[in-house]
Amino acid sequence: MTRIGVITFPGTLDDVDAARAVRHAGRDGAAEAVPLWHADADLRGVDAVIVPGGFSYGDYLRAGAIARFAPVMGEVVRAARQGMPVLGICNGFQILCESGLLPGALLRNAGLHFVCRDQWLRVENNETAWTSRYERGAEILVPLKNMEGRYVADAATLDELEGEGRVVFRYVVDEPEPGQAPKRHLGADSPNGALRHIAGITDPTGRIVGLMPHPEHAIDALTGPSDDGLGMFLSVLDALVAA
Amino acid sequence: MTGGSKTKTIDNDGAAAVLVDSVEHAAATPEHPQPYRELGLKDDEYARIREILGRRPTDAELAMYSVMWSEHCSYKSSKVHLRYFGETTTDEMKAKMLAGIGENAGVVDIGDGWAVTFKVESHNHPSYVEPYQGAATGVGGIVRDILAMGARPVAVMDPLRFGPADAPDTRRVLPGVVAGIGGYGNCLGLPNIGGEVVFDASYAGNPLVNALCVGSMRVEDLHLAHASGTGNKVILFGARTGLDGIGGVSVLASDTFSGDESGTGRKKLPSVQVGDPFTEKVLIECCLELFRSGLVVGIQDLGGAGLSCATSELASAGDGGMRVELDRVPLRAEGMTPAEILSSESQERMCAVVRPEDVDAFLRVCAKWDVTATVIGEVTDTGRLEITWHGETVVDVPPRTVAHEGPVYERPVERPASQDALVADTPDRLARPSAPAELRETLLRMIASPNLCSRRWVTDQYDRYVRGNTVLAQPADSGMVRIDEETGRGVAVSTDCNGRYVRLDPYTGTQLALAEAYRNVAVTGATPLAVTNCLNFGSPEDPGVMWQFEQAVRGLADGCRELGIPVTGGNVSFYNQTGDTAILPTPVVGVLGVIDDVRRRIPTGFGAEAGETLLLLGETRDEFGGSEWAHVVHGHLGGLPPRVDLARERLLAEVLVAGSRDGMVSAAHDLSEGGLAQALVEAALVGQTGCRVVLPEGADPFVWLFSESAGRALVAVPRTEELRFTDMCTARGLPWTRIGVVDPESRALEIQDVATFELDELRDTWEGTLPALFD
Repeated sequence: MTRIGVITFPGTLDDVDAARAVRHAGRDGAAEAVPLWHADADLRGVDAVIVPGGFSYGDYLRAGAIARFAPVMGEVVRAARQGMPVLGICNGFQILCESGLLPGALLRNAGLHFVCRDQWLRVENNETAWTSRYERGAEILVPLKNMEGRYVADAATLDELEGEGRVVFRYVVDEPEPGQAPKRHLGADSPNGALRHIAGITDPTGRIVGLMPHPEHAIDALTGPSDDGLGMFLSVLDALVAA
Repeated sequence: MTGGSKTKTIDNDGAAAVLVDSVEHAAATPEHPQPYRELGLKDDEYARIREILGRRPTDAELAMYSVMWSEHCSYKSSKVHLRYFGETTTDEMKAKMLAGIGENAGVVDIGDGWAVTFKVESHNHPSYVEPYQGAATGVGGIVRDILAMGARPVAVMDPLRFGPADAPDTRRVLPGVVAGIGGYGNCLGLPNIGGEVVFDASYAGNPLVNALCVGSMRVEDLHLAHASGTGNKVILFGARTGLDGIGGVSVLASDTFSGDESGTGRKKLPSVQVGDPFTEKVLIECCLELFRSGLVVGIQDLGGAGLSCATSELASAGDGGMRVELDRVPLRAEGMTPAEILSSESQERMCAVVRPEDVDAFLRVCAKWDVTATVIGEVTDTGRLEITWHGETVVDVPPRTVAHEGPVYERPVERPASQDALVADTPDRLARPSAPAELRETLLRMIASPNLCSRRWVTDQYDRYVRGNTVLAQPADSGMVRIDEETGRGVAVSTDCNGRYVRLDPYTGTQLALAEAYRNVAVTGATPLAVTNCLNFGSPEDPGVMWQFEQAVRGLADGCRELGIPVTGGNVSFYNQTGDTAILPTPVVGVLGVIDDVRRRIPTGFGAEAGETLLLLGETRDEFGGSEWAHVVHGHLGGLPPRVDLARERLLAEVLVAGSRDGMVSAAHDLSEGGLAQALVEAALVGQTGCRVVLPEGADPFVWLFSESAGRALVAVPRTEELRFTDMCTARGLPWTRIGVVDPESRALEIQDVATFELDELRDTWEGTLPALFD
């Protein structure tokens, strides 16, 4: 059985949702969600790690800035460098950036408000450990909810991400491109001012992925806007079984 | 030493010397003048305290009595009226209540071994002074109330009232309140599933910020705030105690420090508390682990009146005695006096009663979560609450006299003479639109008006998804969360109140608030089960306001009896007025319902099924008193509110729940402010599906589209179920009218012989208002 760790820091909020998403993806007993505690430098033998959303340590300083120093993160960084799949969602993405596993940073939303909305994303890269279940160019609907979601990096880094196909998700607006229906387009601006509409990126190996929107809140149309997010959790199970 | 011979100077952690007014000292100095009036106590109230104690109170005791005997804590003006709730609750209504009025929050049994607790509280005045922190700590406080019942908080919602949407001060207050609710609730990880945003000039100097929280637990895990078991330890845990939130008590402090100006500078902290949602989130998880581990005998949150309230309430609900060493309380300010420590309203604190043998395990769980926890005292059988400060007794009182035996007032009640003129000024004289172009223009103007437009600008700042159990949230009629992931059992909650209706007729208006909240729960397919309330009124010293209050309580209690669902708890907020002008009387009513499987919830939007017929359930009458149309178009308030028929509401709810259970209803939307037109627009926009509406022959389109008659709902039924559903309505005696069909191919709302509206036009109009005002 594939074991996927879900980290809880003080102030983590979406750990129950991430664990539920793992259970849904492994409905036939293929996967187990394993709780990981911030203070333990121990990954409990898991095969992959999810760093979930929330406000770790209150995020009063800068989102993710304190969490990166938690004992468990040292182990995550070590395992990630050896190829363990790691997914950072929202605060988790911020923590992966702070830890140096992914480039760039997340700043306060352009509108300065917390934004919670159902957001369309375009899958730009389906060759990562976390996105193989999607078609390239697929459009998925998942919740976006954060205060600091504006992805930024210097131009060279952005060009490198684009050049290497490491932009995994981009924000698109809920309107078909003129004459191109049903394809949605990028719109004038992203919902939070993210540069080049970037919602999620990967490291050069495709094993480490971070994104601001919440696929774990879109695993069942009953409680989310769709079940489009489930593909990410199914993808990593595929990747681990294949490995 | 500057005090009398019996005072003692104590060096408190190297801070300035503090004079302690001990019990011994108080007994020896009966003539010592005390600033009780500045603390809000009347002459006779102060005399009564002296009589209870047989001496003058110490500074610390005076601080305790003054906060606990305040209107906010003691319900001294409302108590005589609130008794009516108890008198009207029948045994049958009590059957599902596991805890009721008097506990931190009411608890109801929702079946399958699950219990749910819910409550609304006001945080009106702090939110006007400091919108962000006032609203934030309002959320924090209600969440701790729910936690203190042993429940996991699972959802919040916020009924809000502001001054005119375009008033300059509303631009200050509203964005701050919304950001505060979001900032605290989002960081706490609780989904915000609904609430209200209402604008009216009467709230301009006195906005209403009410906060509701829902919690769930297994029935056997219910924790009540009891300090039983002599020898059990009292543990204070959570945030440290500081000088924030100390209101009137600073009077005492400055008196003690008389002449020492340098010492009083620190007292001038804002009296609105500052919230730390991270600490609260950790406190929640810590408490839940303590409950799971069976380490808690009794628990109480620290809210208004802080330790004064927690210690006196815990002691009087248990074996009647408690000893507390106040110098053990962890502080975050230097040189705090006992009175200040007892009155501090620092947030994110809880107080637990723990068996001595469990103390170590309790402290270990707290340490795991990095929560500060300190044993500050123990339960005794003396019948006294004794509090010491570095060995000196500073409080020695019978705890019930502080917590429960405060003053009770029979305030004068009188129907205002102006009420007759108000009722006589009916909306009949107002010019009505009749030509199609006028009706079209009226509809667009109405849906863009501040009270009817989309609330997205507000609700998009709240996390509605966290914890993954939100099934319905704004703009649905009720919020709905799943409680049990296995069975799908869940609850729906709605809060409502139209203050204009209540102003015209407080008794009927409050029943209309109850009826609307009840209906909002039923249109989602849930069965209404219990009621909570937050009664926001002007000054109780105004006989006219007390008349409104008395009528509202009677209307609500009588209404609940007729509907067969109990009031499980509530909150009263008086003194909501600017100068002599009271707010619209605003008894916010919350109704909670249960649904055995959230998968059969009824959504609001059209288009869930391929072919749907539109039915209007209930009767439409020419009723415009207090209506949104009279308010928006004519700025008029007069006449009588719509008629209320609770038997009809009950029937409507039964039909909706049966329709949901048997899969006969694919969409449903309550009719209330703005009438049928508003319901059609919202159902079409939410479902992104158009429809064709044909009003009955001979119907007055204005009345049919905009009347606010109660007891109605708009439903869409799959064409295959239409006959079965209408036969059921007919058999049960519920009037229904076929008013059109949903058209999945259409992107327009077409009202035959009146107008056609493209959905894009409706959306831009409906959603444009708040961003234009507040972005």
